[in-house]
Amino acid sequence: MNQLLASSDPLFAHGVNGVVLLIVLVKVLVGFGALMGSVVIMIWFERKAISDMQSRIGPQRWGPFGLLQTLADGLKLIGKEDLVPAEADRFVFKLAPYLVLIPALITFALIPIGGTLHIAGHAVMLQVANPPMGILLMLAMSGVSVYGVMLAGWSSGSKYPLLSSVRASAQMISYEAALGMTIVTIILATGSLSTHNIVTAQGGGIWHWNIIRLGVIPFVVFLIAITAELNRPPFDVVEAESELVGGFHTEYSSFRFAVFFLAEFMNTITMSAIIVTLFLGGPAGWIPNVAHLKWVFPIIWFVLKTTGFAFAYVWFRAALPRFRYDQLMDLGWKRLIPLSLGWMLVVAGFLIAPAWGFLMAAAVFMAWTLLTRAFTLGQSREVGSEAVLPVVGERPIPGRTIRKFTDGES
Amino acid sequence: MIGATYALASILVFVTAALLILVGAVGVITLKNPVHSALSLIMTLFGVAVAFVAQGADFLAAVEIIVYAGAIVVLFLFVIMFLGVDRKEHVHVEPLVGQRAFAAVGVVVTVGGLITLMARSHWVTGAMSVSTKGVALASGQDNVKQLGTAVFTTYLFAFEATAVLLVIAVVGAVLLARRERALQSEEVEVEA
Repeated sequence: MNQLLASSDPLFAHGVNGVVLLIVLVKVLVGFGALMGSVVIMIWFERKAISDMQSRIGPQRWGPFGLLQTLADGLKLIGKEDLVPAEADRFVFKLAPYLVLIPALITFALIPIGGTLHIAGHAVMLQVANPPMGILLMLAMSGVSVYGVMLAGWSSGSKYPLLSSVRASAQMISYEAALGMTIVTIILATGSLSTHNIVTAQGGGIWHWNIIRLGVIPFVVFLIAITAELNRPPFDVVEAESELVGGFHTEYSSFRFAVFFLAEFMNTITMSAIIVTLFLGGPAGWIPNVAHLKWVFPIIWFVLKTTGFAFAYVWFRAALPRFRYDQLMDLGWKRLIPLSLGWMLVVAGFLIAPAWGFLMAAAVFMAWTLLTRAFTLGQSREVGSEAVLPVVGERPIPGRTIRKFTDGES
Repeated sequence: MIGATYALASILVFVTAALLILVGAVGVITLKNPVHSALSLIMTLFGVAVAFVAQGADFLAAVEIIVYAGAIVVLFLFVIMFLGVDRKEHVHVEPLVGQRAFAAVGVVVTVGGLITLMARSHWVTGAMSVSTKGVALASGQDNVKQLGTAVFTTYLFAFEATAVLLVIAVVGAVLLARRERALQSEEVEVEA
């Protein structure tokens, strides 16, 4: 067990004792505090930036520049009545908010926000945890967070949340495939799955950052896919107000609604940080030669880059209209998945030898032509009984018999 | 005896994983509401993932969660939601005559077979891995390498056969779905 721990984090190299436990505890608390603090600032920042873009003033009453508005809103929410709809599945209804919150917290724990410090003879990595399967754990958590949204919608026992949760599950699964493909591309180029190694592999200057080293395509695919995974605009069909009232959390109030709200903004920050980690070298950047303070600059670089993406998300929300549901599915399945798969094959080819790379590129180009032809044929297909395949023989069980079992006697 | 061979931490991890798996599995078959059953299936899958980590199979643990918990059970729930769980279930109807007796025989055969295997064969020897000929699985990066080598050299045919099987299943599903539509439109014409 100790060996397993030591292989991924130098902190555990000399076994686990009181000091090491204390360091881990402090890391967890600092990480949690930093995330909570940045969520409060993010909510204020989003409201302020959006209102600037829409020529409004935005929050301004509580604290300087309205900075305390989020705290005031939080207090107000907790003071409200805690409603559970009569039709709701009570256990699942109460469980769902935490199924969204916990994956958000775990994902943030994987992100390296700085280099390695040396405190009292212990090497301390500035990330809460560095499991050997780091980036896969991030994928797993984004998969698990689907449950929170799905079950929240279903357990509400109401029409619109249910529609929203069905949309959410379809959308999040569709975009996970493209997300996984781009992550595979990064893993191929890095040769490791841990987030720490992914960052150190990009340490040699801006030309080694994955955004440039892998060509810009994986970055673009990842950015789109992760925005859809977050259910943020322009992919927020899950909570489209004009169609679904408030989406999956329509029936939630008080503290549970606050948890959903918190998790959503937490995810926005975490995913911005994930993009920075995977494509922009994480905390990598120019470090001025200042004694004793060198460790501060990577953190500043990391925060700056993450803020850039957080701003981009706010910008998307203000600038882009919402996708229609079928457009969203088309983009995911017909564009992003083939694109990321093809690009992954080309990168894999070039990693072996240039000749293989060009061969792969040619193969991918041919497949792309074929696929485009198939899509145009599929779109021009007339829907009707003549257009589909003719019936071959009888089905194993006649429809009437099946219906008898499913619908009862009729 | 056990305490001498394994550290306390390992035993705790094992007991936790086993409890998660068993409680989840019992929940899947006993809970009335299909959504609750699906939830306890997720619990079982997490237990299996913990057990994988304890065995040093980190990659399998991650894939277990991504593929099974993250995609397959989501699709189960998707289908359950579409069919509606409020519909009355006819549990007393037996689509196959005597299926309960068959099920009981199946359970006895499976459990008996597993116990016989555990008691007699050398498959379950407490070694960390079967595919690496008893060598413990490496952690981290090497873990993936070992698995990749096993899948793409030793078990290549099994792997490719699985891939073909999946493609056949997808094509079959598309074909069935389309045929269904032709039937429906014909029925509509007949009714009209």
